[in-house]
Amino acid sequence: MEKEKKKSVLIELKKVFKYYFMGENVVKAVDGISIKVNEGEFIAIMGPSGSGKSTSMNLVGSLDVPTKGHIFLDGEDISTFSESDLAQLRGQKIGFIFQSFNLIPNLTAKENVMLPMTFQGIPEEEREIKSEDLLEMVELGDRMNHYPSQLSGGQKQRVAIARALANDPEVILADEPTGNLDTKTGSIVMHFLDKLHKQGKTIIMITHEPELAEYHAEIVYWLRDGKLERTTRKKKGKRYVDGEIKRLVKARK
Amino acid sequence: MIKDYFVLSVKNLKHRGLRSWLTLLGIVIGVTAVVALISLGNGLQTAVASQFGVSSTDLITVQASGIQYGPPGSGAVVPLTTQDLTQIKNLPSVKAVARDIVPVKVIFNQKAVFSYATNIPSGSDRQFVYSQINAQAISGRLLKDGDIGKIVVGYNFYTDSNGFGKAVIPGNTIMIQNKSFQVVGILSRQGSFVFDNVVYMNQNDLDSISNYGNRIDIIAIEPASKDLVNRTISDVENLLLKLRNVKKDAENFQISTPEASLNQVKQILNGVQIFIAIIASISIFIGAIGIVNTMFTSVLERRKDIGIMKSIGATNEQIFLQFFIESSLLGLVGGIIGVILGEFVGIFGTVGINSFLGRHLPITISLGLILSALIGSFLIGGIAGIVPALNAAKQNPVETLREE
Repeated sequence: MEKEKKKSVLIELKKVFKYYFMGENVVKAVDGISIKVNEGEFIAIMGPSGSGKSTSMNLVGSLDVPTKGHIFLDGEDISTFSESDLAQLRGQKIGFIFQSFNLIPNLTAKENVMLPMTFQGIPEEEREIKSEDLLEMVELGDRMNHYPSQLSGGQKQRVAIARALANDPEVILADEPTGNLDTKTGSIVMHFLDKLHKQGKTIIMITHEPELAEYHAEIVYWLRDGKLERTTRKKKGKRYVDGEIKRLVKARK
Repeated sequence: MIKDYFVLSVKNLKHRGLRSWLTLLGIVIGVTAVVALISLGNGLQTAVASQFGVSSTDLITVQASGIQYGPPGSGAVVPLTTQDLTQIKNLPSVKAVARDIVPVKVIFNQKAVFSYATNIPSGSDRQFVYSQINAQAISGRLLKDGDIGKIVVGYNFYTDSNGFGKAVIPGNTIMIQNKSFQVVGILSRQGSFVFDNVVYMNQNDLDSISNYGNRIDIIAIEPASKDLVNRTISDVENLLLKLRNVKKDAENFQISTPEASLNQVKQILNGVQIFIAIIASISIFIGAIGIVNTMFTSVLERRKDIGIMKSIGATNEQIFLQFFIESSLLGLVGGIIGVILGEFVGIFGTVGINSFLGRHLPITISLGLILSALIGSFLIGGIAGIVPALNAAKQNPVETLREE
């Protein structure tokens, strides 16, 4: 058996807590999670609603800061970053893909893709070329000057993928990327995510669809009540062992 | 980099609804008022000054002072007399004439109108008066020495709206104080409500319809040169104090120069301008509040966009800048509309004053005024946008993204 190459750790959550204080109640959205994500991995985070999936993604995506614990991105502890450093970090190292696409309605597809580069101060010509290339890559070369309202759901999500890639991020965070799409358009979107993974991008996907996780991800983290319940690893060259995920899903129900 | 935010802001402004633009009305009205006021300033002054019959700047007028209702001098307690005039004429280096203004009943086309008749002296004094009132006949001719029973009328008699139901033209005969006169000429338009409504006749004719005796309404005095204006005023004053046997500070006469009258006009106009400026400031202030309001609404409406922009790397400063610039541009748009409307009012107002007064005031478009109005409204927009933009910058991306 060939020994697997040692991959470098890209993201590390070390005993991360996120509590929300609402009057006398404390909502423990994330309750001491520790996870390591290596460069180039395709990770899925699964769990019922309220399990802390979205909160953990916001923490990894540096949209939110933990109540306690440390988050390392590329070896740097981002829990100590200032707000504007976090914004810079998001712009440069993280690409978001949301369930509801979240394109800016007043901007065309191309302008939406250019926007993250604008915030990084990249010159206009460069932005134009890059955004055109990215939209070509997601096969929307003929839709560049359309506004989001003129695009279908699947097309919007492909624009969002192109936008997420604008600044060559280290990691793509996809929050239920197919949640608002039918199976067919969803699979097209997943095809592009797979393509990115093959190109070496690290992908963290939140989903509640076990089939999706089983088919695309290498590692699935199960969350429940803010805690990491279980980790499932796909063996090299194989799909998940004997539909283990399906069995787990069944067991939970 | 800043340019990119301008581009983004313009894109956002393009998608603004009518509501946003309506809140600009205050700025538009304010800027319009300011620009119109400033570009009309000179024209207004000329228009008002000519209503007072002020034209030459070195003419001194003397009138007896008293309670003045009606035309100058007519309400005087101790009137000026021909002796006063003779004495003034004896002063060195002055020309002086008597000007009488007599209320009269004018009948023409079987309709009666109350108006005023004024005298034109004979000899060299005639030219003096003609040059002072800039007399030109638009139709017919001016009066000359030896004309008896002949009159020249002001421009308003020449129009259909003179109250007689029919325009007066040279050759017509009209009744004044039940005496008939032949119209020989029409004076060109003076742009003054008083001077365009007056009947001009030779001294003898005026004496025949009035019972003035040796009384004089106004003595008009012209010093030989402009440098002598002040000296002439004090000479006349001393002379009249002696002649009328009154003490200084208790004068029963009044000496005025067109310059002084013009200053009075300026003061009145200043008052009006200050008033309009206050209204304009209030309106700009309300406009600014309108911008604050519409920017706050816009921040609320675009909370999600703000969250998205933050998630793709926008810093708080970048969000602030975007909304701040957008607000400044809103102000600028209000300013542009206001400047266009204000210049429109200024140009058409000047054209109107010119055609009303028969003058040729230049139409001035001041680049400095336009620029300062635009920069001002841009700044007002920016100031109005500071608090909403700060509000936009501190939106929490996690919360805004959670909203659907």
